[in-house]
Amino acid sequence: MKSSRLETTTSYLILAVMGVVTVVPFVAIVLTALHPSGSPVSGLSLPDQWSWGNFSDAWTSAGFGRLMLSSLLVCAGVVPVTLVLATLAGYGLALVKPPGGNAVFTLFLLGLTLPSELIIVPLYFDLQQTGLSDSYLGVILAEMGFFLPFGVFWMRQHFLTMPRSLLEAASIDGATEWRTLRSVLLPLARPAMSTLAVLYFMWAWNQFLLVLVLIQNPENRTAVAGLGYFVGEHTTNVPLLAAGTIMVIVPVGIVYLIFQRQFIRGMLQGAVKA
Amino acid sequence: MASETLTTNMSTEEKRPKRLPSATVARHRHRPRRTSRWRGWLYVLPAFAVYLAFVILPGLQALYLSFWHWDGVGPATPAGLDNYTQVLSDPQLRSSIAHAALLILFFAGLPIILGLLMAAVLARHERRGSTFFKTLFFLPHVVPLVAVGITWRWMYADNGVINSWLRAIGLESVTRAWLGDFTFALPAVGLIGTWALSGLCMVLFLSGAQKIDPSLYEAARLDGAGAVREFFAVTLPGLRGEIRVAMTVTVIAALASFDIVYVTTLGGPGDTTTVPSLLIYRLAFSVGKVGQASALGIVLTLLIGLAVILINRFVRTQES
Repeated sequence: MKSSRLETTTSYLILAVMGVVTVVPFVAIVLTALHPSGSPVSGLSLPDQWSWGNFSDAWTSAGFGRLMLSSLLVCAGVVPVTLVLATLAGYGLALVKPPGGNAVFTLFLLGLTLPSELIIVPLYFDLQQTGLSDSYLGVILAEMGFFLPFGVFWMRQHFLTMPRSLLEAASIDGATEWRTLRSVLLPLARPAMSTLAVLYFMWAWNQFLLVLVLIQNPENRTAVAGLGYFVGEHTTNVPLLAAGTIMVIVPVGIVYLIFQRQFIRGMLQGAVKA
Repeated sequence: MASETLTTNMSTEEKRPKRLPSATVARHRHRPRRTSRWRGWLYVLPAFAVYLAFVILPGLQALYLSFWHWDGVGPATPAGLDNYTQVLSDPQLRSSIAHAALLILFFAGLPIILGLLMAAVLARHERRGSTFFKTLFFLPHVVPLVAVGITWRWMYADNGVINSWLRAIGLESVTRAWLGDFTFALPAVGLIGTWALSGLCMVLFLSGAQKIDPSLYEAARLDGAGAVREFFAVTLPGLRGEIRVAMTVTVIAALASFDIVYVTTLGGPGDTTTVPSLLIYRLAFSVGKVGQASALGIVLTLLIGLAVILINRFVRTQES
């Protein structure tokens, strides 16, 4: 279908306006971060002198280096383990179908809509009692539990699309479930798993409330939680805080740009199926 | 897509003849014996245990705690339904729920309208650079909400971008510290949500619209439908599934919003931007009203559940 020139112009006009609205806050924060430390910033003004030093200051004196490391640690704990658990459970529920599996799956589905606000209060006291408060392990386990419902749902959905003939062939060959999973199904599950891994990384990196509550010592928090905390502390030094904000955005931004196809597919398909 | 990968995979995996007559296949069907079905639990159990211990159990504990007065340290005393009547009668708690409801307009309403607008204008023609725009529009959804909130703090500040642009177009009188304004703080917070969630809706609807059968558009054109009629007759019905998804995601984001409010206003000025999540945090960890926080958490969970059910029912009745 041919589109008229008017239609084309309107389309691009709308795209451009939306594009500007999307980009301006990012531009604003980058410009802010390049102002001299502690100086007032107004509008989209260009800095008198480009102060790249804000980034190294934020990294060292404001402690963002340590916070970023904590974030990496939490992600490294959450992503692989949750991915494996979700894959195993998805396979079990979709193809081995243990007795009571449907009830378990319903319970997982319920978890898709449970807000973290519901569990955070008891969780705080539970972890305190078991000595897991203020520890990365506590946060990692809590995030795992919180992220598992989507993963189980997602992987189960994937395994349900596996053609029956494939499983039949494997079982005729005398392959055990475990072997079927490992040598036949897992290679095929790679796209679904990589999407899930990317989403898990984003969620673990961006998680705020769980970390804010479960790690009380501000120095041990993740980058996002530390940033949220620093807003109150360093409001006067806006350029420094802006530099910290950019450092928190960049890793997840890079992962997004590299894996954007997985991101968008995950968000869309995962959501559509939910 | 699966079939290609599948055959290559099988040929490397298996040395026996691959294609069995279908009758043989049927007899040997993949139906494990009862004992081996129990082994499915081995796969499910690790995930289920973690989920049970760190989500379901705390959820039940929240329900239990909601019937007690407890400061988090000393002994607890039974509260009956006190905490729930408080949620319904205390003006601060009630207004937090009202604020969350208003945020739905900004987190769900505006993004969905904007997304549909984009779909209406752009759906029928693949524009050059549309991949670039999709990547760009989706970006705010990927960035941590804490960072989004902090960025917008400065956008809204006295000397921020918003005010300097208003001055530039001669609206000096309108400028203000938006997040500190009793009237405008809540809408200002809401618009941050609009910014963060619109891209998701746009991308969702654009890719949905591309799946609509083009012949439907041609039929509409032949019937003499204009662009508006066409939108309501073809695009909108074709996007029902996507709209349902977008509503579910964004309404939950509105009702359970915490990050943005925490870093922008902390509920202020006064109580004008308090939301349930913020009060749960405050009640449990600074005021020492754990029971009340739990009751509010239960109410919030029920509200979210109700919203999800309503959204799904609403869309399903339309479909039939």
